[in-house]
Parts: sequence; C-alpha cells; structure tokens
Amino acid sequence: MTDDAPLTLRVPEPAVRPGGTPDFSSVRIPKAGSVARPAVDADPESIRDLAYSIIRVLNRDGEAVGPWAGLLSDSELLDGLRHMMTLRAFDARMLMAQRQGKTSFYMQHMGEEAVSCAFRKALAPGDMNFPTYRQAGLLIADGYPLVDMMNQIYSNERDPLKGRQMPVLYSSRKNGFFSVSGNLATQYIQAVGWAMASAIKNDTRIAVGWIGDGSTAESDFHAALVFASTYKAPVVLNIVNNQWAISTFQGIARGGSGTFAARGLGFGIPALRVDGNDYLAVYAVARWAIERARRNLGPTLIEHVTYRVGAHSTSDDPSAYRPKTESDAWPLGDPVIRLKNHLIVRDAWSEERHKQTEAEILDTVIAAQKEAEQHGTLHAGGQPSVRDMFEGVYAQMPPHLRRQRHEVGV
Amino acid sequence: MPRKTMIEAIRDAMDVMMARDANVVVFGEDVGYFGGVFRATQGLQAKYGQSRCFDAPINESGIVGAAIGMAAYGLRPCVEIQFADYMYPGYDQIVSEAARLRYRSNGDFTCPLVVRMPTGGGISGGQTHSQSPEALFTHVSGLKTVVPSSPHDAKGLLIAAIEDPDPVIFLEPKRLYNGPFDGHYDRPVAPWSKHELAEVPDGHYTIPLGKAAIRREGTALTVLAYGTMVHVAMAAATETGVDAEIIDLRTLVPLDLETIAASVRKTGRCVIVHEATLTSGFGAELSALVQETCFYHLEAPIKRVTGWDTPYPHAQEWDYFPGPARLGRALLETMEQ
Repeated sequence: MTDDAPLTLRVPEPAVRPGGTPDFSSVRIPKAGSVARPAVDADPESIRDLAYSIIRVLNRDGEAVGPWAGLLSDSELLDGLRHMMTLRAFDARMLMAQRQGKTSFYMQHMGEEAVSCAFRKALAPGDMNFPTYRQAGLLIADGYPLVDMMNQIYSNERDPLKGRQMPVLYSSRKNGFFSVSGNLATQYIQAVGWAMASAIKNDTRIAVGWIGDGSTAESDFHAALVFASTYKAPVVLNIVNNQWAISTFQGIARGGSGTFAARGLGFGIPALRVDGNDYLAVYAVARWAIERARRNLGPTLIEHVTYRVGAHSTSDDPSAYRPKTESDAWPLGDPVIRLKNHLIVRDAWSEERHKQTEAEILDTVIAAQKEAEQHGTLHAGGQPSVRDMFEGVYAQMPPHLRRQRHEVGV
Repeated sequence: MPRKTMIEAIRDAMDVMMARDANVVVFGEDVGYFGGVFRATQGLQAKYGQSRCFDAPINESGIVGAAIGMAAYGLRPCVEIQFADYMYPGYDQIVSEAARLRYRSNGDFTCPLVVRMPTGGGISGGQTHSQSPEALFTHVSGLKTVVPSSPHDAKGLLIAAIEDPDPVIFLEPKRLYNGPFDGHYDRPVAPWSKHELAEVPDGHYTIPLGKAAIRREGTALTVLAYGTMVHVAMAAATETGVDAEIIDLRTLVPLDLETIAASVRKTGRCVIVHEATLTSGFGAELSALVQETCFYHLEAPIKRVTGWDTPYPHAQEWDYFPGPARLGRALLETMEQ
C-alpha cells in the first residue's frame, strides 16, 4: 500500500464552449510597434523574448508604427489588399460552388488572408514553398491564374492535376508552390531537405515550410526542426496558429508550453511571433527571416497568430464546438479591414474605391468561374479521362499497369 | 575481372554515381565519417566531401522526408536506413509522399530517390534486425522494389536505381553482404571471391529494373526466389537432385512476369520461397499471378516456403528461416503431386 493520492489525467479544455461568452483575455496582445527589430544576424540567444511576444505594425488607428514599419510603398500595399480581397472573393465563390454540388470539398481562408499573401510578397522568384491546404494566397499573390485554381477544384478537363487530387491541393513549381500532400506535417521536413539541397548546390534560393498549430504535434515537426538546426538549412518555417485544428483547440497540441514559437528555442532556432492579421507585420517578419536564410544564417521559426473565422472545411461545423460569436471577439481583427483602414489613413484609399474594387474583383472571379465551368465541374461536363488515372504513376508505365489499363479498355 | 563482396559492390555503385553525377548525395545514420555500420559508404565522405556524404540525426522520417525535398529540388539522394526494421518511422514519407509525388502533381514534381536498407535475418538480429518488409513496399503504387542476390547484380541494380526517375526501395540481404550464404548456418560460408557472380566490372553498368535472371535452368519445376533465398534454392536443388529452374526475380515491382510465366508453362510446377512471413507476403502475389497466367499448365498446387507468421525470433532463428532442408522437402513434395 502507498500513501500517495491516486493519479488523475488532465485533458486541456478551451476557455469557452458553445453557448458561452467568447473570452480571449488570455491572449496577451502587445502594443503595435512595441517589439524591437533585431539585426538579422543577432545571436538567437539574445532574442528569445520574440518567441513570447507578438510583432505588430498596425495600431488601432490604422497607423503603421514601430521598428518593423515602413517597408512597403502605397502601390505595394494596394497590391496586397487586392490579393487578399481576391482570395476572399474566390473563397466565397468556391464555397458556394461546393454547396451547389460542383465540387466535393472546399477550404476557405477567412481571417487568415494576410499570412500567405504578405509572405509571398517577401519571397524571390525561384524560392519554394511547401504549403498546407490554407495558403492559396501564395498562388494568388504570385499571379497564378484563378481559372487554373478553379479547374483544379472542379477536377475538370483542364485540371492541371488531371483529377488526381482533392480540391485545393494545388501544385505549381513555376510559382514556387510545392504539390500539397493532404497529409499533415510531412512537407515540413521536405522543405528543410529542399533548402539543404539548395545549400549543397551553392544556390541562392531558399525554402519555406508551412504547418498548422495542431500539426506541430506531429513527429515530422520535430524532424524538421532537428534537421534545420543541425544543418543550418536556409529555410523559413512557418506555423500558422489559427487557434483551431478542426474541432480541437490549440491547447491540445501546445500542452504546457507558452507558445508554439518557443518550440524553436530548444533548437537554437530564432523564433518570432507575429500578428498574422497584420499584413505589414507579416511582410516585415517574413522579410527578416528570408534575409537570414538568404545570407546563410540558418532557419527561422515564425508563429503567425491568427484566427480561423470559417469552418475547417466544407465538411465541418464549428458551431458544435465553439461559440458562434467567437470570431467577432478575436482581438486581432480582420486583415482586410485593417489594411484597408491603413491605406485610408495614408490617403491612398477610400471607402468608395474599396467598394468599387470589391465589385471589380468579384467580376473577375465570376468571369474566371464561368470560364472554368465551360470545361466542366466535378460531375458535369468535361472531365479528365479514365486513361489519365493510369498515367503518371511512374515515368514509364510498367507492364502490370498497362495490363490493368487494357482491362478497363482505355 | 575483380571479385568483390556485396558491400564492396554497393559502395562501388555509389562511388561510380557520385563521380558521374554531382547531384547524387548519400546520407543516413552513421553514414558519413564512419562509413555506415555495414561500411557501405566507407570512404565516400573523404572522397566527395561533407556536403555529398554526411551523417543524419536518428530520425528515419527526417532522413526520407529531407531526401524527398532534395529530390524535388533536382538532386538524386541515395539514403541509407540502417536496418529495414528501422524504416517504419519513415514509412509515411515513403508511402504518402515519395510514391505519389509524380502522380499527384501530374509530373510537376518528381522524386528520383533511392532508399537503401539491409534486410533479412541470419545474423542473430532478433525481431529488430532481421525483418524482410518487401511486401509493405510492393503493395504501394508508385514505388519500385529491388532485392539483389549477388555483388554483380547489386552494383548494376543500384546504379539503375540511382538513375531511375522514380523512388526505388533497395533491399540489401545483409546475410549476403560478405558471402553467398545458402542457409547452411552450421557450415563455413564460402567467400564471394569463389563465386562467379562476385565478378564486378569497373565503372558504370546497369541491370535494368524489371528483369529477372534464370540462375539455374531446369525442367522439373520452377522456383521463384530473390535475395538470400536464391542461394538457398540453389543448394536445395543440388541436394535433392530436383531439376529445378531457379528464377532470381531481382526486381519485385516492376515484376518480370514474362520470364516467370514462360518457365512455369515449361515446368508445370512452381515453388515460391521468401524469408518474410507467409500471410500477405509477396509470395501470395506471385502465387496469384502464376495461377492467373499458367493455370492450364499447372500439374501440382503452387507451394510457398516462407518464414513463419511470427516475429523474427532470436534463439530459434534457424527454425524460422526457410533453409535448404525445408525448401528441399517442398521441392520433393511438389514433384510427387
């Protein structure tokens, strides 16, 4: 017999569940402009505090303030705003298309548009992203045709991926967008490998890994950090912390640690947290980390603090696990509105022009959608051939696949 | 012609390819400075530098995952998993990523990657240093799976694997590293220097993936074997006097079904042998294919001789291992039917 009290298992719970009042009081939001901007070659040990703070540029009045501000011109910011607005309009149309049965599945970005759109702007041609399913802004901000994205979503006869992948798992080498797997975290370590290859070949291109807060629990997250720190790979490792992994709140993956960014500290990897709903802040932090990689100073871990306003996917119902009004209570606001307000404060924009642009973008997206739908949707019109199903498993079709293809009669 | 052990031939293949192609890189656990626990990469770091041949952290998912990223970049990584038994943490990367990258991106990205791993038992390695997991790879579309049985083939197949545009799983029967082991564990193993298939040409040559070799021509029955079992089958045929035609598959996927079917149609009998466990083993696939393609030529049921459906044991290794006595009995039984 023992005098010890019986052990109990502790399972973390979010602060609030459906029916409750949303509460983000535990999310400490530093003032915009209050976090120092270290030199990119700063000793990682000297900037450990960046893993626990949040780098912010846009203040409540829409002004860009502090040491991370001042990097983008009016026209560059207007570009960024258009990219985010395009992504949002694109998402709305594709969500609707899914509801109309034109495709099987869709995943939207609502609330997270700044993360991928701003990051893309800081990259150079030839750099390679290893994205997850919620970084389509990388494609839109790089000018990838909307109609090709839709062709992929519809798995139609023009689908660049020949109907082989679920919607939104795009691939475009020439846009620095690695084929999205659909498995989680596997591509984080691949980004590190790509970066190592670039270093082995004395190239100047860098790689970028992407992962969600929930997937940091995967072993491949650890693998990526071990390899990145061991070989000082020229890679930027992004964690998009949108608070939710389908229905699981971020505390389940984070455990007792202060932040996801802090995971990098044990590896000696500089780790920064950034306001993921602040286009200027994401851009500034991305540029800092990309410069580090480019100058062969090694990897950087960035936690983008944001909020998934929509459902995880069209197969998800968030009202079952979080308060309906939780997104309204999110303290970092909406990335599109914040950049719009900033541009108005800069005298580079107006509500009127914003509305007009919104309408123009919607027209562009609808035109692309009409064009895509001429080439078919998932169950109607032009489709990839059954023959395509057998192609491309190997560079050359082996005899057993040839036999199977003949069996189908294609 | 110089005679080499299988380890020397494998090292030679990597050496030849690293010299020919600056995109070939080699890494894995203990692979760099030390040259690998079986010494397959000995001297490569000294010759080609640390950025071409280096030690990796003990993380098989990391090794394979990083190699996939490198292959997507345009390199030709040839990585070592220290034992096939340690492969499972990297299995997701192999199955979900390497095998499907070409298909899912419609060729936008490809994965010319070789994953080498020592396989099979016979070295008192117990359950964690003896497994033969080939069926876990042959079941996956997008992979090629290779198992050499001699130094000559090992070099030619490994060069072909490194040059292949798709991911190749290269399973090295570790009991063959230093000699053509025929399953007679209680006798001294003849060295490779006395075996004609240890003659390894200098420089570059390939053995095409997907082509089997007939190791012994015969008329009585067909034995389908690969890796160590090729030598066990040779011993069993000699010891029983059964005029077996012994086919060394060399590549499991793609499979040389033509050579197999031609032989079974000739002999009318077929025995399949592998060291891996029976249930859902590659022998099941072979048996189904022989039945589908040769049914009207068969004069006896197809027989499988394999490891038992147990974990690979330590003390009972030779009771588990399908040696020449067990295979010999199967040959005789098949002849009697």
